[in-house]
Amino acid sequence: MTDHASNTSTADNTSTADNTSTAPATRAEVAAAAISDLFRGSGEILASPIGLIPSLGARLARLTHTPELLLSDGESTLFADTPAIDEPFTEPEGYLPYHALFELMMGGKRHVVMGAAQIDRLGNQNLSAIGPRDHPVKQLLGARAAATNTVTHAVSYWVPRHLRRTFVERVDIITGVGQPQTSGGERFHDLRRIVSNLGVFDFSGPGGTVALVSLHPGVSLAEVQQQTSFALHLPERIETTRSPDATELTLIRDRLDPRNLREREVPTP
Amino acid sequence: MKQLTLDGVVSQLSDGMTIGIGGWGSRRKPMALLSAVVRSGVRDLTVVSFGGPDVGVLCATGQATKVVHAFVSLDTIAVDPHFAAAREQQRVDTEELDEAMLVAGLRAAGRNLPFEATRAGLDSDAVTRNPRLRTITSPYDDGDVLLAMPAIHLDLALLHLHRADARGNAQLLGLSPYFDDLLARAAKRVIVSAEEIVPTAELTRDKPVQSLLLNRTEVTYVVEAPGGAGFTSCEPSYPRDEARQRDYVAAATSPEAFNTWQRTNWHEAGARS
Repeated sequence: MTDHASNTSTADNTSTADNTSTAPATRAEVAAAAISDLFRGSGEILASPIGLIPSLGARLARLTHTPELLLSDGESTLFADTPAIDEPFTEPEGYLPYHALFELMMGGKRHVVMGAAQIDRLGNQNLSAIGPRDHPVKQLLGARAAATNTVTHAVSYWVPRHLRRTFVERVDIITGVGQPQTSGGERFHDLRRIVSNLGVFDFSGPGGTVALVSLHPGVSLAEVQQQTSFALHLPERIETTRSPDATELTLIRDRLDPRNLREREVPTP
Repeated sequence: MKQLTLDGVVSQLSDGMTIGIGGWGSRRKPMALLSAVVRSGVRDLTVVSFGGPDVGVLCATGQATKVVHAFVSLDTIAVDPHFAAAREQQRVDTEELDEAMLVAGLRAAGRNLPFEATRAGLDSDAVTRNPRLRTITSPYDDGDVLLAMPAIHLDLALLHLHRADARGNAQLLGLSPYFDDLLARAAKRVIVSAEEIVPTAELTRDKPVQSLLLNRTEVTYVVEAPGGAGFTSCEPSYPRDEARQRDYVAAATSPEAFNTWQRTNWHEAGARS
């Protein structure tokens, strides 16, 4: 813990021109802060960010508001240090190979931020294939453990390209479960949010449907609706996603992603 | 003595078998043992795998009739193109499970149980579109409905580890066992290839006893196969060979390309045995 605190305070010392740190937040940086906020207050759980912006967000969370978060290399080790997203971890603090990860998942002490080839109005997610299940037009990665994630612990989604073909009325194959149907299935079901390159969404619409939480700065409601195949539930007042503060921007730019990989995943529009 | 050569492995194979293959994605796959499967020409295989190029190869050769999987990935290349082509052209039947369902099914088999109760996969298409699967209601006050994941019994498991002795004790020097131990216990027969076969005393001379992943009740045969994970990773002995993995991916462009790839790669594996 002291390590994280000192890392945070010394991050300002890494030399970068002042204007870099004070330039307004980019879309990628806003998205990373939104992912970071997903972990706010979650305590001593495993953060499992899948993808670059989620990794940036989870590390930002650990260096700021939630230092007790656990991070792993995604294969077999928990790490106490919080390096840049393209640098290796170096300080092991635990052994977590897949078989132990599954036990941890079942116990609920995890929040995953997964991707989605498709996500629908009910919050169902598809990682498996596009088209009919038994004759896919395009084979994707496969079911992985998305279904287990969604019935055992907190789940959020990250969609770097918010498009009509991603935000669909109905997914072709349900890998992550939006709405549990089986008795008892709802007990540990904990869908949190979707963060995309356009905005933040949750499942507070009627019947647990996708609702807009906030639009990223510079994104119009018309643009989000245009890029979404279903009718989004809208809140009474539409908020703007917060921009990272000066400390967060410095951490992102100088410490966690000094080579600006985030811009490749979410280019400045 | 449980030691076999790769040619000896061929005689252990027959048409219609259900074969579990160890490793994960493009990590520690028993590629040398796989070369024996390909050389044997056995057909109509059901392949159970945390899938990587093992699945892709057996789809490309047409030997896999059915694949039981939760994903088929090459790690640094998201989707195995040989598997994807077989799926998209309907050349192979698949049973797509959630990873934890696969784990539960293997564990049930190893424990001689008909099923394992789990919440994993409930309400996803892995369950709702699989008519083979049943649910079970908790007999206790909660009344929860759970998946009764049926045991996944294997005729044969093929695994690659770092070291073994000739009696079948097998050692993992890398970080993750993946689910090799579950596959071994779910199988009637288990063939382990190892980077090195050493005397029993050597196994723990400089490595901790907890690195012994499989005991000899769990291993039928051992095969010495240095480099036996092929281009997949076998940390800490060697990393994935990304260039050779790209060659494998490029071989998905045509049957001729795959034949060329096979001639190059299986010849190498065979020569090592």
